Amino acid sequence: MTTADVTVQTHSLPLHRLRLPQYAVPMVMGTAVVVAALLGLLLGWGWVPMAIVAILLTDVALPLWSRLVEGRRAAVDRLVTALIWTALVCALAPLAWLLIKTLASGIPAINGHFLTHNMVQQLDPVTFKTMPGSGVVHALLGTLLVTLGATIISVPVGLMTSVYLVEYGRGRPIARVITLLVDVMTGIPSIVAGLFVLALFSVFFGVGTRMGVMGSIALSLLMIPTVVRSAEEMMRLVPGDLREASYALGVPKWRTILKVVLPTSIGGIITGVMLAISRVIGETAPLLVAVGSIDVTNTNLFSGRMQTLPVFIMTEYQTSTPAGYRLAWGGALLLIAIVMVLNLAARIIGKIFAPKTGH
Amino acid sequence: MTAGVIIMVALGAVFVFLAVQGAQGFHTDRSVYEPAAHNFWTYAAKLLFGTTLAAVLAMIIAVPFAIGLALFISHYAPRRLAVPVAYVIDLLAAVPSVVYGLWGARSLASAAQPVQRWLGDHLGWFPLFSGQVSATGRTILVAAVVLAIMILPITTAICREVFQQTPRLLEEAALGLGATRWEMIRMAVFPHARSGMVAGVMLGLGRALGETMAVAMVLSASPLVTLKVLTSDNPATIASNIAANYNSEDNRIQTVLIATGLVLFVFTFLVNFAARLIVARSERRLA
Repeated sequence: MTTADVTVQTHSLPLHRLRLPQYAVPMVMGTAVVVAALLGLLLGWGWVPMAIVAILLTDVALPLWSRLVEGRRAAVDRLVTALIWTALVCALAPLAWLLIKTLASGIPAINGHFLTHNMVQQLDPVTFKTMPGSGVVHALLGTLLVTLGATIISVPVGLMTSVYLVEYGRGRPIARVITLLVDVMTGIPSIVAGLFVLALFSVFFGVGTRMGVMGSIALSLLMIPTVVRSAEEMMRLVPGDLREASYALGVPKWRTILKVVLPTSIGGIITGVMLAISRVIGETAPLLVAVGSIDVTNTNLFSGRMQTLPVFIMTEYQTSTPAGYRLAWGGALLLIAIVMVLNLAARIIGKIFAPKTGH
Repeated sequence: MTAGVIIMVALGAVFVFLAVQGAQGFHTDRSVYEPAAHNFWTYAAKLLFGTTLAAVLAMIIAVPFAIGLALFISHYAPRRLAVPVAYVIDLLAAVPSVVYGLWGARSLASAAQPVQRWLGDHLGWFPLFSGQVSATGRTILVAAVVLAIMILPITTAICREVFQQTPRLLEEAALGLGATRWEMIRMAVFPHARSGMVAGVMLGLGRALGETMAVAMVLSASPLVTLKVLTSDNPATIASNIAANYNSEDNRIQTVLIATGLVLFVFTFLVNFAARLIVARSERRLA
């Protein structure tokens, strides 16, 4: 009698709480998609509202079911999980939309003519009529030159600053001030950098001066902090043992830096510089203000306006004509391609030169 | 050493030249730039209002998504998904701002127009959504959405890093006591990461304040104060106002623009500085 009671009691105590079955999530999602699709077909929606309704249905139904079966705490957990996945989808949607739109509108604009001509009016060789220019080569050259100028200014300054911070300035107040200033520079709005250069050059060369090199200086203001930051981090990764081994052999400090520290961290430094370039190559505002825009090809950094790719996109957009929009999208596709290639190359170089330390 | 000094000189030069050139702008006759303003400060205040409105709207939209994404990468994603997702979010940061502007003005604005009309029809009683809804869809709300997408990567990256730095032991202790994953995050991860989250949000705000092209390309704006985010009368931001008027040959307008640029510089500097102060203080409290 008593033993029977005991067994009944043990059986009535569940070993674990009730859980939703493994297939609950796919099942709810599938049902939500079907319901949304049916609703959409009945009411004549596009596929975007359908997707939104399906996601919302999942976000509501799954926690409700969980609330009935598993209790409040598990339901909240499921709700948050569902919301976080929703956030992911919502964040990736615009990126996909933007890339697809740029590809779709940009590819028709890109052809041999587009890549080899500038925006100067040309004589049509067949009909002998003047036709508006429709090319990007002046902007492409301008972007490359201005960015090259910015790189030439910022890499030495940035590298030397980080060498100072890592090797010489440890714990000194001046190093702390420099670190703070680099942080502040990171926060400079890009258009303010352009305005500064404009103000600087209008003091020395008169109002209305526009030069490619002004753009280089403005961009280098934005680039230096990125270079300092990444180079500093890379040099800090160089093991102290290596430096001490070099000192023990009687090598002076500057030679140690040149022959030991820099070669060890060169891969990371190059990656950092390339990422910095890819960051500033798409900057529009400072170039718009400091370099201006022009239709002819100008390859002299020190005289007159130059066209750059971002500003080209901006000016073509502002024409508000179908032809202008087409050119703008073509330029946008080209710019995105350049940035992506730089990014990818930076990562590959980083992988190749990754320091092979024994640690 | 010399290079460090160059940096200091450069930063000092930025401030000095903006100040010197802008100083004339503070006293320029108001008829030059905007007859409706009483003096430079009311003019700058209107622009500053537009700047803050756009940035704050963008933050309201971006911050929940950024925290959600950061949590996804640090705690929710299956391991195979976490790295590619983090990479793709970084890709968002690599897209040039002018392309975002183009996309916002040509694609997003027209696609969002029905949504905005719906908001205006059904939530028109809410002050933000009142007024005549713009027919082109190019409103400050759309500009704020574009800004939000642009600042998402930096806020996400910083939040993700601080989330990942939560001590494993704390997390496992919470789970071991029977907490669900969300309870673990609320009780172990968030308290640990609070200062980092604030820093990420403030840095995103600083970036949104200074961003030019998205606003300049989406909006045709003028300096005015309004909270109606769906109408076609949109407040300009400092940066977009500069981009719209920089080409003027009138030297006096240029000095006024430089003066507004100085205001923007000081304002973003204060925001960034406040972010650092908050971080430093909470670090001290934790230590």
